[in-house]
Amino acid sequence: MNGYNFAYLDEQTKRMIRRALLKAVAIPGYQVPFGGREMPMPYGWGTGGMQLTASILGADDVLKVIDQGADDTTNAVSIRAFFERVAGVETTTVTTAASVIQTRHRIPETPLEPGQILVFQVPIPEPLRFIEPSEQETRLMHALEEYGVMHVKLYEDIARHGHIATTYAYPVKVAGRYVMDPSPIPKFDNPKLDMSPALLLFGAGREKRLYAIPPYTRVESLDFEDHPFEVQRWDERCALCASADSFLDEVITDDAGGRLFVCSDTDYCESRREESA
Amino acid sequence: MSRPELPGPEIRCPDLARPVLLDVQDITRLYGPGKGCEAIDFRLHAGEVLGIVGESGSGKSTLLRVLAGLEAPDAGRVVYRRPGDADETDLYAIGEARRRALLRLEWGLVHQNPRDGLRMGVSAGANVGERLMALGQRHYGQLRAAGQEWMAQVELEPARIDDVPRTFSGGMQQRLQIARTLVTRPRLVFMDEPTGGLDVSVQARLLDMLRTLVRQLGLSVVLVTHDLAVARLLAHRLLVMRRGRVVEAGLTDQILDDPQHAYTQLLVSSVLTP
Repeated sequence: MNGYNFAYLDEQTKRMIRRALLKAVAIPGYQVPFGGREMPMPYGWGTGGMQLTASILGADDVLKVIDQGADDTTNAVSIRAFFERVAGVETTTVTTAASVIQTRHRIPETPLEPGQILVFQVPIPEPLRFIEPSEQETRLMHALEEYGVMHVKLYEDIARHGHIATTYAYPVKVAGRYVMDPSPIPKFDNPKLDMSPALLLFGAGREKRLYAIPPYTRVESLDFEDHPFEVQRWDERCALCASADSFLDEVITDDAGGRLFVCSDTDYCESRREESA
Repeated sequence: MSRPELPGPEIRCPDLARPVLLDVQDITRLYGPGKGCEAIDFRLHAGEVLGIVGESGSGKSTLLRVLAGLEAPDAGRVVYRRPGDADETDLYAIGEARRRALLRLEWGLVHQNPRDGLRMGVSAGANVGERLMALGQRHYGQLRAAGQEWMAQVELEPARIDDVPRTFSGGMQQRLQIARTLVTRPRLVFMDEPTGGLDVSVQARLLDMLRTLVRQLGLSVVLVTHDLAVARLLAHRLLVMRRGRVVEAGLTDQILDDPQHAYTQLLVSSVLTP
Protein backbone atom coordinates (compact mmCIF):
# COMPACT_ATOMS: atom_id res chain seq x y z
CA MET A 1 0.00 0.00 0.00
CA ASN A 2 2.40 2.69 -1.30
CA GLY A 3 5.00 1.80 1.34
CA TYR A 4 2.77 2.90 4.21
CA ASN A 5 1.48 0.73 7.01
CA PHE A 6 -2.31 0.31 6.88
CA ALA A 7 -3.90 3.69 7.82
CA TYR A 8 -0.54 5.52 7.97
CA LEU A 9 0.30 5.01 11.70
CA ASP A 10 2.45 2.07 12.80
CA GLU A 11 0.79 -0.75 14.74
CA GLN A 12 2.37 0.17 18.10
CA THR A 13 1.02 3.71 17.89
CA LYS A 14 -2.43 2.51 16.95
CA ARG A 15 -2.39 0.08 19.88
CA MET A 16 -1.37 2.89 22.25
CA ILE A 17 -4.20 5.11 21.01
CA ARG A 18 -6.70 2.24 21.25
CA ARG A 19 -5.67 1.67 24.88
CA ALA A 20 -6.23 5.36 25.61
CA LEU A 21 -9.60 5.15 23.85
CA LEU A 22 -10.66 2.22 26.02
CA LYS A 23 -9.85 4.30 29.09
CA ALA A 24 -11.75 7.27 27.66
CA VAL A 25 -14.82 5.14 27.02
CA ALA A 26 -14.61 3.71 30.54
CA ILE A 27 -14.56 7.24 32.05
CA PRO A 28 -16.99 9.28 29.91
CA GLY A 29 -15.85 12.88 29.44
CA TYR A 30 -12.43 12.39 31.06
CA GLN A 31 -9.48 13.70 29.03
CA VAL A 32 -6.93 10.93 28.52
CA PRO A 33 -3.42 11.99 27.48
CA PHE A 34 -1.89 10.06 24.58
CA GLY A 35 1.41 10.12 22.72
CA GLY A 36 0.37 12.22 19.75
CA ARG A 37 2.32 11.61 16.54
CA GLU A 38 3.21 14.03 13.79
CA MET A 39 0.76 13.79 10.94
CA PRO A 40 1.48 15.00 7.41
CA MET A 41 -0.45 18.23 7.92
CA PRO A 42 -0.37 21.15 10.37
CA TYR A 43 -1.89 21.20 13.85
CA GLY A 44 -5.34 22.70 13.77
CA TRP A 45 -6.34 20.87 10.60
CA GLY A 46 -7.59 17.80 12.39
CA THR A 47 -4.48 15.82 13.35
CA GLY A 48 -6.14 14.60 16.57
CA GLY A 49 -9.21 13.33 14.78
CA MET A 50 -7.07 11.71 12.06
CA GLN A 51 -4.98 9.76 14.58
CA LEU A 52 -8.14 8.42 16.21
CA THR A 53 -9.65 7.53 12.83
CA ALA A 54 -6.41 5.79 11.80
CA SER A 55 -6.41 3.74 15.02
CA ILE A 56 -9.99 2.48 14.78
CA LEU A 57 -10.20 2.01 11.01
CA GLY A 58 -10.51 -1.58 9.74
CA ALA A 59 -10.21 -2.80 6.15
CA ASP A 60 -14.01 -3.24 5.82
CA ASP A 61 -14.95 0.16 7.31
CA VAL A 62 -16.69 2.81 5.24
CA LEU A 63 -15.38 6.31 5.96
CA LYS A 64 -17.13 9.67 5.65
CA VAL A 65 -15.37 12.96 6.40
CA ILE A 66 -17.21 16.23 6.92
CA ASP A 67 -16.06 19.76 7.61
CA GLN A 68 -18.70 22.25 8.86
CA GLY A 69 -21.26 19.67 7.75
CA ALA A 70 -20.05 19.61 4.13
CA ASP A 71 -18.39 16.70 2.31
CA ASP A 72 -16.87 18.90 -0.38
CA THR A 73 -14.69 21.37 1.55
CA THR A 74 -10.88 21.31 1.42
CA ASN A 75 -10.36 19.72 4.82
CA ALA A 76 -12.95 16.99 4.22
CA VAL A 77 -11.79 16.20 0.68
CA SER A 78 -8.10 15.97 1.58
CA ILE A 79 -8.60 13.82 4.71
CA ARG A 80 -10.91 11.51 2.76
CA ALA A 81 -8.33 11.23 -0.05
CA PHE A 82 -5.61 10.61 2.53
CA PHE A 83 -7.35 7.56 4.01
CA GLU A 84 -8.33 6.29 0.56
CA ARG A 85 -4.65 6.27 -0.27
CA VAL A 86 -3.01 5.00 2.92
CA ALA A 87 -5.76 2.61 4.08
CA GLY A 88 -7.54 1.78 0.86
CA VAL A 89 -10.89 1.85 2.65
CA GLU A 90 -14.16 2.57 0.95
CA THR A 91 -15.34 6.16 1.38
CA THR A 92 -18.77 7.67 1.09
CA THR A 93 -20.65 10.91 1.57
CA VAL A 94 -23.86 9.18 2.69
CA THR A 95 -24.27 9.39 6.44
CA THR A 96 -26.26 6.17 6.78
CA ALA A 97 -23.72 4.18 4.72
CA ALA A 98 -20.69 5.17 6.80
CA SER A 99 -19.36 3.16 9.73
CA VAL A 100 -16.80 5.80 10.76
CA ILE A 101 -17.46 9.54 10.32
CA GLN A 102 -14.70 12.05 11.03
CA THR A 103 -16.14 15.50 11.58
CA ARG A 104 -15.13 19.06 12.18
CA HIS A 105 -17.68 21.44 13.79
CA ARG A 106 -20.90 19.51 13.07
CA ILE A 107 -22.91 16.39 13.89
CA PRO A 108 -24.84 15.09 10.84
CA GLU A 109 -28.56 15.93 10.71
CA THR A 110 -29.47 12.35 9.85
CA PRO A 111 -29.79 10.53 13.19
CA LEU A 112 -26.83 8.25 13.86
CA GLU A 113 -27.34 4.54 14.35
CA PRO A 114 -25.93 1.99 16.78
CA GLY A 115 -22.56 0.75 15.56
CA GLN A 116 -21.54 4.02 13.92
CA ILE A 117 -18.55 5.93 15.29
CA LEU A 118 -18.26 9.71 15.11
CA VAL A 119 -14.72 11.14 15.47
CA PHE A 120 -14.47 14.85 16.35
CA GLN A 121 -11.50 17.11 15.67
CA VAL A 122 -10.87 19.19 18.81
CA PRO A 123 -8.70 22.33 18.95
CA ILE A 124 -8.81 23.01 22.74
CA PRO A 125 -10.06 20.07 24.80
CA GLU A 126 -10.06 21.85 28.19
CA PRO A 127 -13.41 23.59 28.87
CA LEU A 128 -11.95 25.37 31.92
CA ARG A 129 -8.99 26.80 29.98
CA PHE A 130 -10.41 30.28 29.39
CA ILE A 131 -11.10 30.75 33.08
CA GLU A 132 -8.16 28.93 34.62
CA PRO A 133 -4.90 29.10 32.64
CA SER A 134 -3.01 26.60 34.82
CA GLU A 135 -3.16 22.99 33.60
CA GLN A 136 -2.31 21.69 37.07
CA GLU A 137 -5.21 23.64 38.55
CA THR A 138 -7.74 22.57 35.88
CA ARG A 139 -6.86 18.90 36.41
CA LEU A 140 -7.39 19.34 40.13
CA MET A 141 -10.71 21.07 39.45
CA HIS A 142 -11.83 18.10 37.30
CA ALA A 143 -10.66 15.63 39.94
CA LEU A 144 -12.53 17.43 42.73
CA GLU A 145 -15.55 18.27 40.55
CA GLU A 146 -15.14 22.01 41.16
CA TYR A 147 -17.16 23.30 38.26
CA GLY A 148 -18.62 26.48 39.75
CA VAL A 149 -16.44 28.64 37.51
CA MET A 150 -18.07 27.23 34.34
CA HIS A 151 -21.18 29.14 35.34
CA VAL A 152 -19.13 32.32 35.81
CA LYS A 153 -18.61 32.30 32.04
CA LEU A 154 -22.32 31.81 31.36
CA TYR A 155 -23.17 34.52 33.94
CA GLU A 156 -20.88 36.92 32.08
CA ASP A 157 -22.69 36.13 28.84
CA ILE A 158 -26.08 36.99 30.31
CA ALA A 159 -24.73 40.11 32.05
CA ARG A 160 -23.27 41.40 28.79
CA HIS A 161 -25.75 40.22 26.18
CA GLY A 162 -28.96 39.50 28.10
CA HIS A 163 -28.87 35.85 27.09
CA ILE A 164 -26.31 33.03 26.96
CA ALA A 165 -24.33 34.16 23.93
CA THR A 166 -22.07 31.10 23.71
CA THR A 167 -23.15 29.54 20.43
CA TYR A 168 -20.49 26.90 19.82
CA ALA A 169 -18.24 24.73 22.03
CA TYR A 170 -21.04 24.98 24.58
CA PRO A 171 -19.91 23.16 27.76
CA VAL A 172 -21.69 19.95 28.71
CA LYS A 173 -21.70 17.64 31.72
CA VAL A 174 -21.22 13.99 30.77
CA ALA A 175 -22.88 11.21 32.79
CA GLY A 176 -23.37 13.63 35.70
CA ARG A 177 -19.62 13.85 36.36
CA TYR A 178 -17.11 15.46 33.97
CA VAL A 179 -17.62 18.85 32.35
CA MET A 180 -16.50 18.52 28.75
CA ASP A 181 -15.89 20.71 25.71
CA PRO A 182 -17.92 19.13 22.90
CA SER A 183 -15.46 20.60 20.32
CA PRO A 184 -16.61 23.68 18.38
CA ILE A 185 -19.92 22.21 17.24
CA PRO A 186 -22.81 24.71 17.29
CA LYS A 187 -24.95 24.40 20.40
CA PHE A 188 -27.67 23.37 17.94
CA ASP A 189 -25.94 19.96 17.92
CA ASN A 190 -25.61 19.62 21.72
CA PRO A 191 -28.97 17.79 22.14
CA LYS A 192 -27.73 15.17 19.64
CA LEU A 193 -24.94 14.23 22.07
CA ASP A 194 -27.46 13.20 24.70
CA MET A 195 -28.26 9.45 24.65
CA SER A 196 -26.63 9.12 21.23
CA PRO A 197 -26.75 5.52 19.94
CA ALA A 198 -23.38 6.06 18.22
CA LEU A 199 -19.98 6.08 19.91
CA LEU A 200 -18.54 9.62 20.04
CA LEU A 201 -14.75 10.03 20.14
CA PHE A 202 -12.86 13.32 20.48
CA GLY A 203 -9.20 13.82 19.57
CA ALA A 204 -7.03 16.91 20.13
CA GLY A 205 -3.72 16.59 18.26
CA ARG A 206 -1.87 19.63 19.49
CA GLU A 207 -2.89 19.13 23.14
CA LYS A 208 -2.49 15.32 22.82
CA ARG A 209 -5.72 14.53 24.66
CA LEU A 210 -8.61 12.32 23.71
CA TYR A 211 -11.99 11.72 25.32
CA ALA A 212 -15.19 9.88 24.56
CA ILE A 213 -18.93 9.65 25.09
CA PRO A 214 -20.05 6.00 25.00
CA PRO A 215 -23.41 5.19 23.38
CA TYR A 216 -26.52 6.03 25.40
CA THR A 217 -24.80 8.36 27.86
CA ARG A 218 -26.57 11.29 29.47
CA VAL A 219 -25.12 14.61 28.29
CA GLU A 220 -26.52 17.84 29.77
CA SER A 221 -25.72 21.35 28.57
CA LEU A 222 -24.95 23.71 31.46
CA ASP A 223 -27.44 26.52 32.06
CA PHE A 224 -29.23 28.63 34.66
CA GLU A 225 -32.69 27.89 36.09
CA ASP A 226 -34.07 31.18 34.79
CA HIS A 227 -32.02 31.08 31.56
CA PRO A 228 -32.44 27.51 30.31
CA PHE A 229 -30.34 26.05 27.48
CA GLU A 230 -31.74 26.84 24.04
CA VAL A 231 -30.59 26.05 20.51
CA GLN A 232 -30.45 28.39 17.54
CA ARG A 233 -33.65 28.96 15.51
CA TRP A 234 -34.12 30.38 12.04
CA ASP A 235 -37.11 32.17 10.54
CA GLU A 236 -36.06 30.96 7.10
CA ARG A 237 -36.10 27.51 5.55
CA CYS A 238 -33.29 25.96 3.52
CA ALA A 239 -33.39 27.59 0.07
CA LEU A 240 -32.50 24.29 -1.61
CA CYS A 241 -34.39 21.55 0.25
CA ALA A 242 -36.88 23.64 2.30
CA SER A 243 -35.89 21.94 5.53
CA ALA A 244 -37.14 23.82 8.56
CA ASP A 245 -35.27 21.89 11.24
CA SER A 246 -31.65 21.72 10.14
CA PHE A 247 -28.68 23.98 10.92
CA LEU A 248 -28.57 26.72 8.27
CA ASP A 249 -25.62 28.63 6.82
CA GLU A 250 -26.15 32.14 5.51
CA VAL A 251 -24.70 32.53 2.02
CA ILE A 252 -24.11 35.94 0.46
CA THR A 253 -25.01 35.66 -3.23
CA ASP A 254 -24.18 39.11 -4.64
CA ASP A 255 -23.02 42.56 -3.54
CA ALA A 256 -26.56 43.99 -3.48
CA GLY A 257 -27.72 42.40 -0.25
CA GLY A 258 -28.78 39.13 -1.83
CA ARG A 259 -28.50 36.17 0.52
CA LEU A 260 -29.94 32.78 1.10
CA PHE A 261 -29.93 30.19 3.84
CA VAL A 262 -28.86 26.64 3.06
CA CYS A 263 -28.33 23.47 5.11
CA SER A 264 -24.80 23.18 6.41
CA ASP A 265 -25.10 19.37 6.14
CA THR A 266 -24.71 18.82 2.36
CA ASP A 267 -25.55 15.11 2.43
CA TYR A 268 -28.80 15.75 4.32
CA CYS A 269 -29.74 18.53 1.93
CA GLU A 270 -29.02 16.45 -1.19
CA SER A 271 -30.91 13.40 0.07
CA ARG A 272 -33.96 15.58 0.78
CA ARG A 273 -33.81 17.08 -2.69
CA GLU A 274 -33.57 13.62 -4.27
CA GLU A 275 -36.58 12.44 -2.26
CA SER A 276 -38.75 15.35 -3.38
CA ALA A 277 -37.57 15.14 -6.99
CA MET B 1 -24.19 55.76 50.61
CA SER B 2 -26.64 54.09 52.98
CA ARG B 3 -26.09 50.52 53.94
CA PRO B 4 -29.01 48.24 54.80
CA GLU B 5 -28.67 46.50 58.15
CA LEU B 6 -27.64 42.86 57.80
CA PRO B 7 -29.38 40.22 59.84
CA GLY B 8 -26.74 38.32 61.75
CA PRO B 9 -26.03 36.67 65.03
CA GLU B 10 -26.60 39.48 67.52
CA ILE B 11 -23.96 39.57 70.23
CA ARG B 12 -25.14 42.12 72.77
CA CYS B 13 -23.39 41.18 75.94
CA PRO B 14 -19.95 39.66 75.68
CA ASP B 15 -20.19 35.88 75.75
CA LEU B 16 -17.37 34.95 78.08
CA ALA B 17 -17.44 31.26 77.29
CA ARG B 18 -17.40 31.43 73.49
CA PRO B 19 -16.50 28.14 71.87
CA VAL B 20 -13.05 27.62 70.37
CA LEU B 21 -13.30 27.80 66.59
CA LEU B 22 -9.72 27.24 65.55
CA ASP B 23 -7.19 25.40 67.67
CA VAL B 24 -3.65 25.87 66.40
CA GLN B 25 -1.27 23.37 67.97
CA ASP B 26 2.47 23.83 67.73
CA ILE B 27 2.64 24.78 64.05
CA THR B 28 6.05 24.80 62.39
CA ARG B 29 6.72 25.60 58.75
CA LEU B 30 10.32 26.50 57.97
CA TYR B 31 11.90 27.22 54.60
CA GLY B 32 15.29 27.46 56.31
CA PRO B 33 16.57 28.21 59.82
CA GLY B 34 14.63 31.25 61.06
CA LYS B 35 12.70 31.53 57.78
CA GLY B 36 9.03 30.73 58.19
CA CYS B 37 7.16 30.19 61.43
CA GLU B 38 8.01 27.98 64.34
CA ALA B 39 6.14 26.49 67.33
CA ILE B 40 3.00 28.64 67.00
CA ASP B 41 0.29 27.78 69.45
CA PHE B 42 -2.98 29.65 69.95
CA ARG B 43 -6.75 29.35 69.99
CA LEU B 44 -9.26 31.49 68.17
CA HIS B 45 -12.73 31.80 69.68
CA ALA B 46 -15.97 32.34 67.78
CA GLY B 47 -16.59 36.00 67.02
CA GLU B 48 -13.04 37.00 67.81
CA VAL B 49 -10.67 39.08 65.72
CA LEU B 50 -7.08 38.02 66.17
CA GLY B 51 -4.31 40.26 64.84
CA ILE B 52 -0.90 38.95 63.90
CA VAL B 53 1.68 41.76 63.75
CA GLY B 54 5.38 41.80 63.07
CA GLU B 55 7.96 43.10 60.65
CA SER B 56 8.47 41.91 57.07
CA GLY B 57 9.91 38.39 57.00
CA SER B 58 8.74 37.53 60.49
CA GLY B 59 6.64 34.61 59.25
CA LYS B 60 3.18 36.24 59.46
CA SER B 61 2.14 35.39 55.94
CA THR B 62 3.57 31.87 56.15
CA LEU B 63 1.52 31.29 59.28
CA LEU B 64 -1.58 32.63 57.55
CA ARG B 65 -1.02 30.33 54.54
CA VAL B 66 -0.74 27.34 56.87
CA LEU B 67 -3.88 28.36 58.79
CA ALA B 68 -5.85 28.99 55.61
CA GLY B 69 -5.11 25.52 54.26
CA LEU B 70 -2.82 26.64 51.44
CA GLU B 71 0.39 25.14 52.74
CA ALA B 72 0.91 22.03 54.87
CA PRO B 73 2.96 22.60 58.05
CA ASP B 74 6.14 20.62 58.80
CA ALA B 75 4.77 19.82 62.24
CA GLY B 76 1.72 20.59 64.34
CA ARG B 77 -2.03 20.55 63.74
CA VAL B 78 -4.70 23.05 62.75
CA VAL B 79 -7.98 21.91 64.25
CA TYR B 80 -11.30 23.47 63.26
CA ARG B 81 -14.35 23.05 65.49
CA ARG B 82 -17.77 23.95 64.14
CA PRO B 83 -19.95 25.64 66.75
CA GLY B 84 -22.55 23.17 68.02
CA ASP B 85 -20.72 20.22 66.52
CA ALA B 86 -18.75 17.88 68.75
CA ASP B 87 -16.54 16.65 65.91
CA GLU B 88 -13.31 18.41 65.18
CA THR B 89 -11.67 18.70 61.79
CA ASP B 90 -7.90 18.38 61.52
CA LEU B 91 -7.23 20.57 58.50
CA TYR B 92 -4.31 18.57 57.15
CA ALA B 93 -5.61 15.10 58.08
CA ILE B 94 -8.71 15.35 55.85
CA GLY B 95 -8.46 14.88 52.10
CA GLU B 96 -7.82 17.69 49.67
CA ALA B 97 -11.39 17.58 48.36
CA ARG B 98 -12.85 18.12 51.83
CA ARG B 99 -10.27 20.78 52.66
CA ARG B 100 -11.06 22.77 49.53
CA ALA B 101 -14.78 22.40 50.19
CA LEU B 102 -14.25 23.75 53.70
CA LEU B 103 -12.28 26.72 52.35
CA ARG B 104 -15.08 27.41 49.89
CA LEU B 105 -18.04 26.89 52.19
CA GLU B 106 -17.11 28.01 55.67
CA TRP B 107 -13.89 29.99 55.36
CA GLY B 108 -12.76 32.96 53.36
CA LEU B 109 -9.43 34.49 52.40
CA VAL B 110 -8.87 38.15 51.57
CA HIS B 111 -5.59 38.73 49.75
CA GLN B 112 -3.42 41.78 50.18
CA ASN B 113 -3.54 42.50 46.48
CA PRO B 114 -7.11 42.38 45.14
CA ARG B 115 -5.71 41.13 41.82
CA ASP B 116 -4.89 37.83 43.53
CA GLY B 117 -8.39 37.42 44.91
CA LEU B 118 -10.51 38.72 42.03
CA ARG B 119 -11.05 37.54 38.48
CA MET B 120 -10.00 40.71 36.72
CA GLY B 121 -11.53 39.77 33.37
CA VAL B 122 -15.12 39.16 34.48
CA SER B 123 -17.69 41.61 35.83
CA ALA B 124 -18.10 42.57 39.48
CA GLY B 125 -21.37 40.64 39.66
CA ALA B 126 -19.73 37.44 38.42
CA ASN B 127 -16.93 37.92 40.94
CA VAL B 128 -19.38 38.23 43.81
CA GLY B 129 -21.50 35.35 42.52
CA GLU B 130 -18.65 32.91 41.92
CA ARG B 131 -18.66 31.36 45.39
CA LEU B 132 -22.45 31.04 45.26
CA MET B 133 -22.22 29.29 41.90
CA ALA B 134 -19.57 26.97 43.34
CA LEU B 135 -22.10 26.09 46.03
CA GLY B 136 -24.62 25.11 43.37
CA GLN B 137 -26.68 28.31 43.07
CA ARG B 138 -28.06 28.19 39.52
CA HIS B 139 -30.56 31.04 39.37
CA TYR B 140 -29.26 34.06 37.47
CA GLY B 141 -31.77 36.51 38.96
CA GLN B 142 -30.93 35.50 42.51
CA LEU B 143 -27.18 35.61 41.82
CA ARG B 144 -27.56 39.11 40.47
CA ALA B 145 -29.66 40.23 43.41
CA ALA B 146 -27.05 38.84 45.81
CA GLY B 147 -24.34 40.64 43.85
CA GLN B 148 -26.15 43.96 44.10
CA GLU B 149 -26.94 43.48 47.77
CA TRP B 150 -23.32 42.75 48.62
CA MET B 151 -22.00 45.59 46.53
CA ALA B 152 -24.21 47.88 48.60
CA GLN B 153 -22.90 46.26 51.78
CA VAL B 154 -19.33 47.16 50.88
CA GLU B 155 -20.37 50.67 49.78
CA LEU B 156 -19.96 50.12 46.05
CA GLU B 157 -22.48 51.50 43.57
CA PRO B 158 -24.79 48.54 42.74
CA ALA B 159 -25.29 50.04 39.26
CA ARG B 160 -21.68 49.15 38.49
CA ILE B 161 -22.43 45.43 38.78
CA ASP B 162 -21.54 44.79 35.12
CA ASP B 163 -18.25 46.70 35.19
CA VAL B 164 -15.03 44.70 35.28
CA PRO B 165 -12.77 45.15 38.35
CA ARG B 166 -10.09 46.70 36.12
CA THR B 167 -12.16 49.86 35.95
CA PHE B 168 -12.39 50.13 39.76
CA SER B 169 -9.94 52.02 41.97
CA GLY B 170 -7.66 50.11 44.37
CA GLY B 171 -9.90 50.68 47.38
CA MET B 172 -12.99 49.66 45.43
CA GLN B 173 -11.27 46.50 44.22
CA GLN B 174 -10.41 45.62 47.80
CA ARG B 175 -14.02 46.18 48.87
CA LEU B 176 -15.20 44.03 45.98
CA GLN B 177 -12.86 41.28 47.11
CA ILE B 178 -14.34 41.49 50.59
CA ALA B 179 -17.87 41.27 49.18
CA ARG B 180 -16.87 38.26 47.09
CA THR B 181 -15.51 36.52 50.18
CA LEU B 182 -18.36 37.35 52.53
CA VAL B 183 -21.23 36.55 50.16
CA THR B 184 -21.38 32.94 51.35
CA ARG B 185 -21.44 34.13 54.98
CA PRO B 186 -18.27 32.32 56.09
CA ARG B 187 -17.62 31.71 59.80
CA LEU B 188 -13.92 32.36 59.63
CA VAL B 189 -12.09 34.85 57.44
CA PHE B 190 -8.35 35.23 56.95
CA MET B 191 -7.11 38.65 55.89
CA ASP B 192 -3.60 39.36 54.68
CA GLU B 193 -2.88 43.09 54.99
CA PRO B 194 -6.36 44.08 53.75
CA THR B 195 -5.47 47.77 53.78
CA GLY B 196 -1.95 47.50 52.36
CA GLY B 197 -1.29 49.78 49.41
CA LEU B 198 -4.30 52.04 50.02
CA ASP B 199 -4.05 55.70 50.90
CA VAL B 200 -5.02 56.70 54.43
CA SER B 201 -8.50 58.13 53.81
CA VAL B 202 -9.51 55.09 51.74
CA GLN B 203 -7.95 52.91 54.42
CA ALA B 204 -10.02 54.58 57.13
CA ARG B 205 -13.28 54.00 55.25
CA LEU B 206 -12.37 50.38 54.55
CA LEU B 207 -11.51 49.76 58.19
CA ASP B 208 -14.73 51.34 59.34
CA MET B 209 -16.70 49.14 56.94
CA LEU B 210 -14.81 46.01 57.96
CA ARG B 211 -15.43 46.67 61.63
CA THR B 212 -19.16 47.05 61.01
CA LEU B 213 -19.38 43.89 58.91
CA VAL B 214 -17.39 41.84 61.40
CA ARG B 215 -19.74 42.89 64.18
CA GLN B 216 -22.94 42.43 62.17
CA LEU B 217 -22.04 39.01 60.82
CA GLY B 218 -20.35 37.78 63.99
CA LEU B 219 -17.27 36.85 61.96
CA SER B 220 -14.13 35.36 63.39
CA VAL B 221 -11.11 36.89 61.72
CA VAL B 222 -7.40 36.20 61.62
CA LEU B 223 -5.83 39.44 60.47
CA VAL B 224 -2.23 39.73 59.38
CA THR B 225 -0.86 43.25 59.30
CA HIS B 226 2.29 45.24 59.89
CA ASP B 227 0.21 48.32 60.65
CA LEU B 228 -0.39 48.66 64.38
CA ALA B 229 -3.13 51.23 63.85
CA VAL B 230 -5.11 48.70 61.81
CA ALA B 231 -4.58 46.11 64.50
CA ARG B 232 -5.70 48.53 67.22
CA LEU B 233 -8.90 49.33 65.33
CA LEU B 234 -9.96 45.79 64.40
CA ALA B 235 -8.28 43.18 66.59
CA HIS B 236 -9.40 42.02 69.98
CA ARG B 237 -6.21 40.09 70.60
CA LEU B 238 -2.70 40.34 69.18
CA LEU B 239 0.17 38.00 68.50
CA VAL B 240 3.50 39.74 67.98
CA MET B 241 5.85 37.74 65.76
CA ARG B 242 9.55 38.04 65.21
CA ARG B 243 11.87 35.69 63.33
CA GLY B 244 9.16 33.08 63.00
CA ARG B 245 8.21 32.94 66.66
CA VAL B 246 5.49 34.56 68.77
CA VAL B 247 7.28 36.87 71.18
CA GLU B 248 4.23 38.33 72.88
CA ALA B 249 0.50 37.61 72.96
CA GLY B 250 -2.41 39.26 74.71
CA LEU B 251 -5.26 41.76 74.46
CA THR B 252 -4.65 44.43 71.84
CA ASP B 253 -4.85 47.43 74.17
CA GLN B 254 -2.73 45.71 76.76
CA ILE B 255 0.05 44.97 74.25
CA LEU B 256 0.01 48.33 72.55
CA ASP B 257 -0.22 50.38 75.75
CA ASP B 258 2.10 48.30 77.88
CA PRO B 259 4.44 46.26 75.68
CA GLN B 260 6.60 43.84 77.67
CA HIS B 261 8.96 42.31 75.13
CA ALA B 262 11.83 44.44 73.88
CA TYR B 263 10.83 43.90 70.25
CA THR B 264 7.21 44.89 70.90
CA GLN B 265 8.42 48.02 72.64
CA LEU B 266 10.51 48.85 69.58
CA LEU B 267 7.56 48.17 67.28
CA VAL B 268 5.16 50.36 69.27
CA SER B 269 7.67 53.19 69.56
CA SER B 270 8.35 53.11 65.81
CA VAL B 271 4.80 54.17 64.88
CA LEU B 272 4.79 57.56 63.20
CA THR B 273 2.33 60.17 64.44
CA PRO B 274 1.72 63.22 62.29
